[in-house]
Amino acid sequence: MAETSGTMAASSAISSRWGRGLRRCLAHPLLWPLLTLILLLAGNGLFNPGFLALQWRDGHLYGNLIDIAHRAAPLALVSLGMTLVIALRGLDISVGAVLAIAATVAAWTIGHVSNDGLLPLWLAIAAALAAGALCGLWNGWLVVGAGMQPIVATLILMVAGRGIAQSISGGQILTLYYAPYSFLGNGFVLGLPFSLFVVAAVFALLQLALRKTALGLFVRAIGHNPQAAHVAGVRARAITLGAYVFCGIAAALAGLLVSSNVNSADANNAGLLLELDAILAVALGGSLLGGGRFSLAGSLLGALIIQALTTTIYAIGVPPQVNLAVKAVLVFAVMLLQSPLCRGQLRALLRLRAERRA
Amino acid sequence: MNAVAPAATSAAAGRRPWWRRRAQVPLLVTLVLFVAMAGAGGVLYHGFLTPQVFLNLLIDNAFLCIVAVGMTFVILAGGIDLSVGAVVAFSTVLLAELVQRHGWPPLAAIALVLAVGTGFGAGMGVLIQRFRLQPFVVTLAGMFLARGVATLISVDSIDIDQPWLAAVANLRLPLGGGSMLSVGALIALAVVAAGALLAGASSFGRTVYAIGGSESSARLMGLPVDATVVRVYALSGFCAALAGVVYTLYMLSGYSQHALGLELDAIAAVVIGGTVLAGGSGYVLGTLLGVLVLGLIQTLIVFDGELSSWWTRIVIGALLLAFCLLQRLFRRKEIKP
Amino acid sequence: MTPAPSAARPVVLQARGLGKRFGATLALDGVDLALRAGEVHALMGQNGAGKSTLIKLLTGVERPDRGSVELDGRVIAPSTPMEAQREGIGTVYQEVDLCPNLSVAENLYAGRYPRRRRLRMIDWRQVRDGARSLLRQLHLELDVDAPLGSYPVAIRQMVAIARALGVSARVLVLDEPTSSLDEGEVRELFRVIAQLRERGMAILFVTHFLDQVYAVSDRITVLRDGCRVGEYAVADLPPAALVNAMVGRDLPTVASADAERAPPPDAPPAIDAQGLGCRGKLHPVDLQVRRGEMLGLGGLLGSGRTELARLLFGLDRAERGELRIGGERVELKHPADAVMRGLALCPEERKTDGIVAELSVRENIVLALQARQGWRGMSRARQDELARQLVQALGIKAADIETPVGLLSGGNQQKVMLARWLVTEPRLLILDEPTRGIDVAAKQELMAEVARRAHAGMAVLFISAETGELTRWCDRIAVMRERRKAGELPGGSTEARVLAMIAGD
Repeated sequence: MAETSGTMAASSAISSRWGRGLRRCLAHPLLWPLLTLILLLAGNGLFNPGFLALQWRDGHLYGNLIDIAHRAAPLALVSLGMTLVIALRGLDISVGAVLAIAATVAAWTIGHVSNDGLLPLWLAIAAALAAGALCGLWNGWLVVGAGMQPIVATLILMVAGRGIAQSISGGQILTLYYAPYSFLGNGFVLGLPFSLFVVAAVFALLQLALRKTALGLFVRAIGHNPQAAHVAGVRARAITLGAYVFCGIAAALAGLLVSSNVNSADANNAGLLLELDAILAVALGGSLLGGGRFSLAGSLLGALIIQALTTTIYAIGVPPQVNLAVKAVLVFAVMLLQSPLCRGQLRALLRLRAERRA
Repeated sequence: MNAVAPAATSAAAGRRPWWRRRAQVPLLVTLVLFVAMAGAGGVLYHGFLTPQVFLNLLIDNAFLCIVAVGMTFVILAGGIDLSVGAVVAFSTVLLAELVQRHGWPPLAAIALVLAVGTGFGAGMGVLIQRFRLQPFVVTLAGMFLARGVATLISVDSIDIDQPWLAAVANLRLPLGGGSMLSVGALIALAVVAAGALLAGASSFGRTVYAIGGSESSARLMGLPVDATVVRVYALSGFCAALAGVVYTLYMLSGYSQHALGLELDAIAAVVIGGTVLAGGSGYVLGTLLGVLVLGLIQTLIVFDGELSSWWTRIVIGALLLAFCLLQRLFRRKEIKP
Repeated sequence: MTPAPSAARPVVLQARGLGKRFGATLALDGVDLALRAGEVHALMGQNGAGKSTLIKLLTGVERPDRGSVELDGRVIAPSTPMEAQREGIGTVYQEVDLCPNLSVAENLYAGRYPRRRRLRMIDWRQVRDGARSLLRQLHLELDVDAPLGSYPVAIRQMVAIARALGVSARVLVLDEPTSSLDEGEVRELFRVIAQLRERGMAILFVTHFLDQVYAVSDRITVLRDGCRVGEYAVADLPPAALVNAMVGRDLPTVASADAERAPPPDAPPAIDAQGLGCRGKLHPVDLQVRRGEMLGLGGLLGSGRTELARLLFGLDRAERGELRIGGERVELKHPADAVMRGLALCPEERKTDGIVAELSVRENIVLALQARQGWRGMSRARQDELARQLVQALGIKAADIETPVGLLSGGNQQKVMLARWLVTEPRLLILDEPTRGIDVAAKQELMAEVARRAHAGMAVLFISAETGELTRWCDRIAVMRERRKAGELPGGSTEARVLAMIAGD
């Protein structure tokens, strides 16, 4: 009997260690987005054998997984910028328009600079990023300086932005005949699409800034209680302005990738409805839409999920219209789960069920 | 007389004329803007100042007007509804599908469309109020859902040739002197009138204003806050569905890609009409003015013939900016406790 | 003003054994309350004693866990504010919870509009007439169509009272009505209260101002830690006994600032304000705090103490006067400027302006210091070290330094806020009501640490409404009245002298 109790004690010690580890895993905020993504991809794999296959061809890695990541890159960039703005209790619904403006500016620059060497490329990149930063500065000034609600302030650029882009492009879709520019959206480095490296670089930069400097603490303090942060001497206004500028730059980068990918800049349709997808990606990633708590990695996962969803719907053969409806259901589900009131009611409901069964 | 309120008493001696009251000033600005723009158009373009040009403003923007009235109530209560454009599109598709492909009598189909729109709005209202979710995100998801379901019903545009609907669509009410109004425009005017009455003289309307002013106070005063918020979104859904019906008559087709961006135009109309985005202040008649201003911009550009259409968006954006800044300026001047 | 003997007047509202628990806190434990017609009944107690919970239970905002409420002998159980109103219990809240964007008339009639027969539309003429007659009952004449927001708080309060009357209240509950009023306005309010009392209304008057209680009420109920200490006739309870009942013990006899601690008269002022003021907020004030000195700032709520603190710290911009810190003339545009120069402010509203509830104890403690340092992040090791030091010095009770501050008790949260500022080693620490709403032991620990630092050379500006604390801890006491400095008193002054200066005698 002593032996059994000893084994029992040992096994309970092991299971409790496993239990603790398991509980910590379950409590990790990235668990749900990761699980969703894996389920989506795995489901695809079941439906389409060979979906998850990766091949090495022509010196590049090919496969649906790579494709999803590559197509998600613009959304991922915009989501990173949006995460920061949302964390500071703000919102930027003009990112689609900013993307269009940046793409148009880049195309215009290339069209008006002589085609030799790499100069047009650098100029185009610089011009696009500057345009994005300017848009971000404009949004930020309206929110911080004029004290407008973020929805309203960014609504203005959202409405007027495409008009501005169209006036730059003269109402046309600008086509690009410049090979080096095409590399941004279509090139490969070390066998992987260049766009992935851009996203990785921005992510790494942001993580570094947030973790290694005081910025992360400031952002969380401002997001949770802007007034208290202000009294504590945190320069909330400057940081918020900076976040909007960064969001604009991120949108500009996305614009470069998008226009480079199709070798044209369409002021009307580039980045259409992108802001909605970006907000959805941020929400899916576990960041609180009310500010304070945020997760950059979560937003990346969110962007991947949205892209995987689109690809899945296409691959299954369901009409692409379903995409919108499914995204809507997803948003509702995520929001309800994030709402403490709803969770409380669910818990109460489950407890009632358990009591009734007992 | 007591010593506490000498200032108030002297002001109370004569009621301030209505045009000097604070809430009316943005409305006056819009009116002045409208008159100025109309005047400029009359000077710049030949044939601009004819009655039909202005009646066309109503005819071409009837659906926007109806949606904007619903949006006014939502914004007055301190919320926002981004799904209206999608609900309009969905309504056009549903109506066209029922009438053209399933042979429903038009009035029955219209009744169903209105019911679905109202129910949809009420559903969003419940999510917003019961679970304290942010209106922006809930109605955003609602927009996705409505357009998604519309596309599911029919991907392509459905043309309408049902005789009754076609007849109503082409009906014009003569107003003498060669001017005429469409059925849609009449409906829009009726909705504006009903909306103004509702906002100004019903307890529902006054509760909406109270909630926009301070939701917690309204609750403590015993007002039915939760029920009113749900009703406000239901009203917005109803207006969107009705606007969808009017839009179907206007375009004689149902298409899931109709009314793209309509919600932004509606919000712009409401803001330009003097309603404060934070809620609690504004007039339905102001929204009508806002719609007319937006329509006038479009008309001016068409008359010019040379200005590219994208200027519309830039001008609307600039107007929005101006009005928002004006609103902020006025709020700063308000007496604080 | 000798009212009829209380025992003779009928009881209108009787609450028996009311109890309410919020999560882990027992806010009310078996409290009785009897309101009589034609009587003003004061409800007193320290912060956290249960006054606001009791009000919430009576007015339908919350439902009691146990106990009952009877109105005219009939048991009532209002589950919403509207129901309480319908039963005849009218309330005027501290924040005057009306809608400033609606007109005066609308605020008076919201939820109970008289209607026209046609379409059930609101009869605005009746609303306006009714509004004017309601206000006339309080001898008020206002433009009833003007938005409520265009009137000052005192008027809004009168409108709230008129609304409560219009709902034909039998009971009127006034929750801290004088917090934002000046002297003249308080007198007006008391005139209205006396008038309502003559009409036979039962009035419950919640306040923390002792002198006002004695000016207008007939009976007093004292709450302490959620229990009723007792119900007394005002005539039978002198102020000292009232304070004793509220606090639970005699005024502390611990020696106040000892003579050795007095800073040398030629010590340079840590901060020197000359004619500092802001139109509409504060008349020009001269103030000096020397190194190692604890200057008390007393006065009623609304006398300008917090406004002065905000000007000194750069939260508001001064329009007049100049400020010298350490002898150098400065212009503060942002709290960060103040922090950079060695100032610190522990604000009055700890929940909204102080702690960030979702961040950990450690993060809250290092926040201000980190803000001063700018972008350079502090190493985790250093953060832990600082946090642990302060946790120990102040006796902060938390599971560990990673616990979110929102989970701590009020007293511990206040300590965390103080820790944040002590860590920056300021030359001047401004404390705005630091001991409000925290238990006695925490109060002692907090003030002891502050006194220790003052002894070591830190200047302190200690703002408090409790004269006892001012006389106990401070080297000098400045008194604010009606947004200007009324005067200064030396540290050994009696409470009576301080109270006299506050009252303006």
